Amino acid sequence: MNLLLLIAILYYLRRNLESKTLLPEWDKIFVRGMIVSFILFGLQYTLPALGVVLNWLSYVAIFYLIYLSLKNPAFKPVKPLVNAVIPFILIEFVSDLTDAINKPFYEDWEFVFESASFFAFIWMIAMLFVNNKQRKALEKERQKALEDKKRLQISESMKAALEVQVAERTKELMGQKESLEKALEDLRATQTQLIHSEKMASLGELTAGIAHEIQNPLNFVNNFSEVNNELFLELKEELDKGDMEEVKAIAADIEQNLQKINHHGKRADAIVKGMLQHSRSSGLHKEMTDINVLADEYFRLAYHGLRAKDKSFNAILNSEFDENAGSINVIAQDIGRVILNLITNAFYAVDEKRKSGVEGYEPAVTVSTKRIAATGEEEEQLRISVKDNGSGIPQTVLDKIFQPFFTTKPTGQGTGLGLSMSYDIIQAHGGELKVETKEGEGSEFTVILPASGV
Amino acid sequence: MNVLVVDDEEDVKLLFEQRFRKEIKNEEIQFAFAFSGEAALQYLTQHQQEAVLILSDINMPGMSGLDLLKKIKEKEASPPPKVVMITAYGDEENYNTAMRLGADDFLTKPLDFTQLKEKLKAL
Repeated sequence: MNLLLLIAILYYLRRNLESKTLLPEWDKIFVRGMIVSFILFGLQYTLPALGVVLNWLSYVAIFYLIYLSLKNPAFKPVKPLVNAVIPFILIEFVSDLTDAINKPFYEDWEFVFESASFFAFIWMIAMLFVNNKQRKALEKERQKALEDKKRLQISESMKAALEVQVAERTKELMGQKESLEKALEDLRATQTQLIHSEKMASLGELTAGIAHEIQNPLNFVNNFSEVNNELFLELKEELDKGDMEEVKAIAADIEQNLQKINHHGKRADAIVKGMLQHSRSSGLHKEMTDINVLADEYFRLAYHGLRAKDKSFNAILNSEFDENAGSINVIAQDIGRVILNLITNAFYAVDEKRKSGVEGYEPAVTVSTKRIAATGEEEEQLRISVKDNGSGIPQTVLDKIFQPFFTTKPTGQGTGLGLSMSYDIIQAHGGELKVETKEGEGSEFTVILPASGV
Repeated sequence: MNVLVVDDEEDVKLLFEQRFRKEIKNEEIQFAFAFSGEAALQYLTQHQQEAVLILSDINMPGMSGLDLLKKIKEKEASPPPKVVMITAYGDEENYNTAMRLGADDFLTKPLDFTQLKEKLKAL
């Protein structure tokens, strides 16, 4: 009977201590103990006399195990189990001992011993049951903690992987950023180049007009100086004759001619200066500029420029300049470029319509200026309008006309930068560039510049 | 002789008056001036038969010299006035167009006044 108990105890110890993994040395002892106990248990039935000896040996073994459980720290987890077993073992031991020493006494009190043994057994079962439950709960918690730990490990490794990914992405993004910056730089350089070529293109448009504009004053300078030479000869003749009236008349003419020579010389000079200004890139200052003079100058240049290129071109040119337009503070050559661009576009529009062969069509371009007094809401403005009676701008392209590189002209004939540059120039002056158009009837571009503080 | 000079440059008036000073003084030539094609046509309707010769610039804003030439030659005036075209661009295209439209002569700027005087005297 005690051997079975010993086997049970050994079994429990092994299981609860997880000795197979945690205490391999003790596990060997437990396993051997179980095997020996089984063999002895078998022998007990073939040799009944051995039973008594084995019974006492079992007690020794059990007490030794209990002693071990209480003393050895490694056996701490099985303490509740030992506590459950001790009363039963003690009572069994005492009853067996009493039975062996004083059999009559034992027989008289057998009932008491049996009851005590029974209750101790109940106690043991109850304790084991409770202990088992606690152990299971603990086990569950341990499992949970283990799972948490596992989860934590997974999230840690994920975090690490993520960090690596983030680092890679960051590196990638940095690379992209650098290449984008490079692209932006290239674009800026290209833009500068394009702006330059647009300027050169408009300069080309102007060159013929400028040549014509210079030729006329030069002709006058030459002609008037030649006339003056003749007049001086006549003057001498008249002096010899003594006709002082005629001398005075000739002298007056000479003086007038000299003024004309000076006037036309200055005119040619202004044109050359204007041309130089036009080709210069930037870094310019605002200066008080007579808008009517500026508009008129570029109107003529644009017209002669186009005429020089296309002999068949002609248009009615109307200037409606407001006498009160006066001067405003602007970068003259920039505003001049805008006016030139708008007029060139207007000429292109009317010429296209003329070429399309509309019956009785008379191309006409009107350039007008107007100073508009300040109102309660708006400050004083100066408006420059360029109006044509061309074909107008279709609604489908109207949104795009101020976009860079947008052009309706055939490839190679327009950079698509004229209006976009004009728009930027007017914006930089704190003004507005507006367009009104009606398909089939024409367009009107209006530059609105602030004129206050002048 | 009545000559109408058409040019958008107003100083041609002064120039011609000085260049033909003697001729004007001796009343050999009378000059009239118009500063656009439109003004020239207006002058011609007001002074019919007076202008014997018209000297016109080609390159003018609005009505060009060639348009003016065409309009003058289309009118039924007998005899039609002689028209001499003047241009800064002495190119073939302008020359051919002018001749096709019935121009009597074609001169290029800068004008050689000595040559012009001779041409006028020959008329």
